[in-house]
Amino acid sequence: MTDPSEALASARAAADRLTKTKRLNASLTPPRELRKSLLLQAQAAHPSGVLYGMPIAVKDNICTLEFTTTCGSKILGGYRSPYEATAVAKLRGAGALIAGKTNCDEFAMGSSTEHSAYGRTLHPTDKTRVPGGSSGGSAALVAAGVVPAALGSETGGSVRQPASFCGVVGIKPTYGRVSRYGLVAFGSSLDQIGVLGRSVHDAARVLSVISGRDTKDATCEDRDSLRLPTVPESLQGFVIGIPKEYFPPDLDAGVRRACDRAIRLLRELGAAVRDVSLPHTPYAVAAYYIIAPAEASSNLARYDGARYGPRFNGSLDIRALYRRTRGEGFGAEVRRRILVGTYVLSAGYYDAYYRRAQQMRALIAQDFRNVFDRGVDLVFTPTTPAPAFKAGEKLADPVAMYLSDIFTVTANLAGLPALSLPIGRIKGLPIGGQFIGQAFVEDDMLEAAYALERVIAAAEEA
Amino acid sequence: MASRWETVIGLETHVQLRTVSKMFCGCSTAFGAPPNTHVCPVCLGLPGALPVPNELAVRLAVRAALALGCAVHPRSVFARKNYFYPDLPKGYQISQFENPLATEGSLSYLSPDRGIATAGIVRLHVEEDAGKSLHDRVPKHTAVDLNRCGVPLIEIVTGPDFRSPQEARAYLLTLKQVLEYAGVSDCDMEKGSLRVDANVSVRPAGEVALGTKSEVKNINSFAYVEKALTVERDRQIAVREAGGTLAQETMLYDTKTNTVRPQRRKEESHDYRYFPDPDLPPLVLSAEFITDERTQLPELPGAKRERFVAQYTLPATDAAVLTADRGVADYYEGVVRAGAEPKAAANWVMGEVLADAKDHDERLRVPAPALAQLIALVKGGTLSHQAAKRVFGDVAERGGEPRNVAEALGLVQVGDAGVVMAWVNDVLGAHAGEVDRYKQGERKLLPYLVGQVMKASRGKADPKLAQRLLEERLAG
Repeated sequence: MTDPSEALASARAAADRLTKTKRLNASLTPPRELRKSLLLQAQAAHPSGVLYGMPIAVKDNICTLEFTTTCGSKILGGYRSPYEATAVAKLRGAGALIAGKTNCDEFAMGSSTEHSAYGRTLHPTDKTRVPGGSSGGSAALVAAGVVPAALGSETGGSVRQPASFCGVVGIKPTYGRVSRYGLVAFGSSLDQIGVLGRSVHDAARVLSVISGRDTKDATCEDRDSLRLPTVPESLQGFVIGIPKEYFPPDLDAGVRRACDRAIRLLRELGAAVRDVSLPHTPYAVAAYYIIAPAEASSNLARYDGARYGPRFNGSLDIRALYRRTRGEGFGAEVRRRILVGTYVLSAGYYDAYYRRAQQMRALIAQDFRNVFDRGVDLVFTPTTPAPAFKAGEKLADPVAMYLSDIFTVTANLAGLPALSLPIGRIKGLPIGGQFIGQAFVEDDMLEAAYALERVIAAAEEA
Repeated sequence: MASRWETVIGLETHVQLRTVSKMFCGCSTAFGAPPNTHVCPVCLGLPGALPVPNELAVRLAVRAALALGCAVHPRSVFARKNYFYPDLPKGYQISQFENPLATEGSLSYLSPDRGIATAGIVRLHVEEDAGKSLHDRVPKHTAVDLNRCGVPLIEIVTGPDFRSPQEARAYLLTLKQVLEYAGVSDCDMEKGSLRVDANVSVRPAGEVALGTKSEVKNINSFAYVEKALTVERDRQIAVREAGGTLAQETMLYDTKTNTVRPQRRKEESHDYRYFPDPDLPPLVLSAEFITDERTQLPELPGAKRERFVAQYTLPATDAAVLTADRGVADYYEGVVRAGAEPKAAANWVMGEVLADAKDHDERLRVPAPALAQLIALVKGGTLSHQAAKRVFGDVAERGGEPRNVAEALGLVQVGDAGVVMAWVNDVLGAHAGEVDRYKQGERKLLPYLVGQVMKASRGKADPKLAQRLLEERLAG
C-alpha cells in the first residue's frame, strides 16, 4: 500500500469493522472518535513507511497521544497522556494507523480481561467464554479480523495466553528488545510490549518496527531493530527441546493431542526433536506471584489522586485522600496484588519472600541456559494448560486463575523471547503452541513458527 | 553539666551535584524558577515514564567519593525507597541501599576541641531529590513545587565520630570546602544544595556503649548547625539528669524559637520497603571511568595548604586563608607565577584582594598579572604602598595596566635627586624653626620634615630619597 486513497479506504474499513464488533467490548475507544482519528491519521501518514495504512490497535496500558490511556482502571478514568510510547511513535513513523485502545485486565493484572473497570471482553467466537488476558481486547480484535495486528503487553503471558485462547499469533520479545518507555509499568523487570497478529508474518513485521534501541529506557538493549527472517523451506538443522515439565499427566487431552501433532509436523519439517528438562518450572508461578506484585506495589504507588486521574474526595486530609482514591479507584485484583507486594517487601519478610523468589528466578533462567548450552535452539510447549474458560469460572478462585499462566511465566522470568501460534482446536476453541527461544535470537523462533504455521494450515485444509 | 556527659554525633549530609540537568531526565536543575516549570513526564512520575541515569551526575558522585577517600564500587545498585508524600510523585524515591556507590572513606578536619580529627565516611550514595511542599503559600492548603524533584544528590553518611556540636560544624565546613574544590557542588545551604540531618546521643563520660539517639532534621544553614545540635544535646542531658529515659525519635529544629520538637509519630516509623529498582540496571563503572575521575580530581585543600607552606615559605595561617577557596588559591599562584614575591603576594591577596572581593560578589577583579606588576612597582620604588592601594582600586574599577594607571593618576614616585632636592630646599626654607631645633639635637623632627617634603611633592617624592637628602642637608 503506497497510495493515500488506499490508506483512507483502509482507515474507513477498519472503523466500520470496529463499529460492527462493538459487542465484543474489545475496544475502549468510542467508535465516532476512533473513525475521526483514523481518517486524520490516514491523511497524515507517511506513504513510504513499511506499515503504511495498516490499522494497529493498542492495548490501553500503552501511552498514546490520541485517545485516553486508562489501563482498564477507574483510577485513570479519562487520563490523556501528554506523550506517546516509543513503540507507538515507531508505528506512526512507519505509517501505521493507531486503531484505538483495547480493553485489558486492570493494569494488565489478570488472565481473562474480566478485571477491567470497563466491563469484560467477550471471546470472539463464544461469548460465554473469556478471550484470555490481560491483552484480551487486542487478541479479540485480531481474531475477529478487525485489525491485522495489535500491540499487547506481557508480564507473565498476557500476549501469548490470549493469542492462544483466540487463535491468533502472539509474540513476546526478549526483555530489552522493545522499549518500555510509555508502557504503564506493572512488573518492570518482567514487562515487555508484545504483538498479536493474524499470522506470524503480520506479528513479526510489527515487532520488527517497534524493536530496537531507545535512549529513554535504560533497560532497552542497544541493538538494531529486529531483522525479519525469510520463510524457511525446512527446519533441517533445528534442534527443538520438549520439556517434560510442560506436559504434566493432568494436561487437557485436546491440548496434548494438538501438541503431539505439532511435534510430529516439526519432525517432518526436518527438526531434531529432543526431550529436555527444565526442573525448576514447578516453582515459576510462585516466584512470579511474589516478584510481579512486589514491583507492582511500588509502580502503582503514584496513583494517589494528587496529580492526575480522578480524586475520590478532594477535601479530605492527605492520608484520607490516598485511602479513598486508592480504595475506590483500584479494583479488587489490583488491590490484592498491591497488598501481597507490600507484604513481601516489608521489613522482616523481604528475605523470606522477595529475595528467595529472585533466587528462584535465577535458577529458572539457568534451566533454560543449560538446555540451550546443550545444543537446543528452541523449546516447544503448549501455551496454556486448557483452551479458553468460561467467563466467571475462575473469578472466585485467584489461584486457579494464576495457574493458567503456568506455561508462560517462565519466559518472562528468564527474559526470553516466546511466541504462541494456533496449533489446533478443541470443540471449536483454539489451542496455542509455544516456542521459547534464546535471548535476542527471535529469528530462530520466527523461522520455526513460519514453517509450522504453513504446514498446519496445509494439514487443516487436507 | 556537659563535662559529666559525652556527646556523640553522626551526620548525614545531602549534597546537590553540580549538573545542568536532573538525575534521571533532561529537565533543568536551575534554582529559583517559577514552580513546576522544570518538569517532564519522567520527573512528574507520569504513567509509563522511565528514568535514565545522568552520566555527569555519576561522574561527580564518583569524584566526591574519591575526594573523601572512599572505596568506589565498580557495581552499585539503584533502589526504590517507598513512601507516600505529595511532593514524591512516583510514591518512591530512587536511591541506593544495599549496594551504595562508595564506602569506607574519611575526612580530616580541624576540631576546635581536639586539633586535627578524622571523621569516618561510612557510605556515599547517589539519589534523586523530592519536590517541595509549601505549607504557607496558599491558605489552608499545601502547594507542591516539583522543580527540585529528580535533582541529583549524594548522601554522605559519617560514623558517630563527633564529640561536640562545634566539631560537627567544623567537619561540615571542611566537607563543603572539599566538595567545592572538587567541583562537585556549590554547597549553598541557602539554596538547599547542602542539607544536614544529625544523629545525636549522649552517654556518661567514659561509657563505651552509645546512648539512645535522636535524629535532628531541618537544619538549613551553617549558622544553625551548632545551635540545633546544642539544643538537642542539652535536652537529652536534662532528661537523663532528671532520671528519665530517651525515646529514639526524630526532632525538628525551629530556628525562630531555637528549640527542637518531636516530629509527629504519624510522619515517621516508615517501612520504606527498599528493593532494587527494576527500571535501572546496576550501575557498572569501568576501572577507566574511576581512574579518569581520579585524574580529574584537583589538589584538595589540605594538600594545597601544606604545599603552600613548603613551596612559598608562608606561615600556616596565611596558607590556610589562601587555600580556603580554590579560586583564591589559583589566583594567588597566578600572581606568584607572574613574578611577584610570594610573601608580598600573600599579603596583597589576603588584604586588598579579599576585601575587594567581599564587596563585589566574591569576584577577583584585578587580574593576577596586574597585581604582580603592582607589587613590582612598589618593590622597585616606583609607587609608595599608599599610592599602590589607590592604583589597585582604580584598576579594579576601570581596568588597565597598573603602571599606566599610576602615571595617569600622577602617583609615580619621583626618584630624581635634583627634583627632590628642590622640594627639600623649599621645606627647609619654610621651616627655619624646626631646622634649628633639629640641629640642636631634636632628631625626632626628621619624620615630620620628611612628611613635609611628601606634602610639598603631593606624595610623589620617593620617601627614602627625601629622607637621605634631608639628612645630608641638615648635617651639612
